[in-house]
Amino acid sequence: MSDAAPAPPVPTDAEREELRRHGILLTSMEELYNWGRSHSVWPLQFGLACCAIEMIAASMARFDIARFGSEVFRPSPRQADLLIVSGTVTKKMAPAVVRLWNQMPEPKYCIAMGACAISGGPFKQGYNVLKGIDRFVPVDIYIPGCPPRPEALLHGLMQLQEKIRGQSISGPDAPRHLQAGTTCDYPVPQFGEHDLVPTKNPAVWQPPVLVRKEGA
Amino acid sequence: MNPHPFAFLAMFAAVAVAFPLALLAVARLWFRLFQPGKPSEVKNAIYECGVPSTGDSWIQFKAHYYLYAILFLIFDVEVLFLLPFAAAFRALPAGAMLAMLAFILLLAEGLVWAWHRGHLEWK
Repeated sequence: MSDAAPAPPVPTDAEREELRRHGILLTSMEELYNWGRSHSVWPLQFGLACCAIEMIAASMARFDIARFGSEVFRPSPRQADLLIVSGTVTKKMAPAVVRLWNQMPEPKYCIAMGACAISGGPFKQGYNVLKGIDRFVPVDIYIPGCPPRPEALLHGLMQLQEKIRGQSISGPDAPRHLQAGTTCDYPVPQFGEHDLVPTKNPAVWQPPVLVRKEGA
Repeated sequence: MNPHPFAFLAMFAAVAVAFPLALLAVARLWFRLFQPGKPSEVKNAIYECGVPSTGDSWIQFKAHYYLYAILFLIFDVEVLFLLPFAAAFRALPAGAMLAMLAFILLLAEGLVWAWHRGHLEWK
């Protein structure tokens, strides 16, 4: 949104800190909104492999994901904000994952948890393993590890919260569902003769370009 | 001029209607501005488990089983009455004996009829 009137002066972080010391808390609608939703990121109750065990551990008393407002694992994608892809995504499973991702309402986020969800991990050479869920779903946070410990998942969640708090609800860097003209439609791959059809979502993922060094 | 002693009731009613309406309007406005709907065929699918549903939900259910349930009732009711009948068998007067036999005959007749009609065979 572009306003004709000049924008009101935005207090810097140092000024806010100074005011906070004097007991004055400055905020904006956007900040309040992001603060609220960054502390109620509801994950989808969806485990794929061994990483899911770590995800379950993170939600239990010892690690207690409830401290970050994410203990409400929803059994329905319609109520979930966060898709934690926790484990190996086989090509048989990939359409189900993408379909679930499609059924989640915006704004939604995706965490690729563990080596398998990032790249296929130790099963990368397998004919039936998807080499990273980011080929079909836009991933916000990658958590390395095989499997990552619950602390790593919590750290990933905190990074995601930081990302959410940094989002604006208007302007060019608004989340994708507020951009005009976006459909938020992610094509669900079909089972082809040899592989998934299509093998990737080009709007989300492009194969890395190999750049050779000069004179090497 | 003094307001009517019951005017506060009208005020309460007005506030009680206006307050939730205002909240609903704010929610609706927020929805329009910041939560634009993005429906799609996959998103609106009935099933939420990631697997597409097969076939139609309007299927024909085989209603044949209800005959078995009804025929089972014959034995069910028979057992209920045959046990006291057996317990009191020696002390029964002739009238009660005849009534019981007629009762069993009626039930057995129903079973024989169903058997004869082929209802006991699963088709």
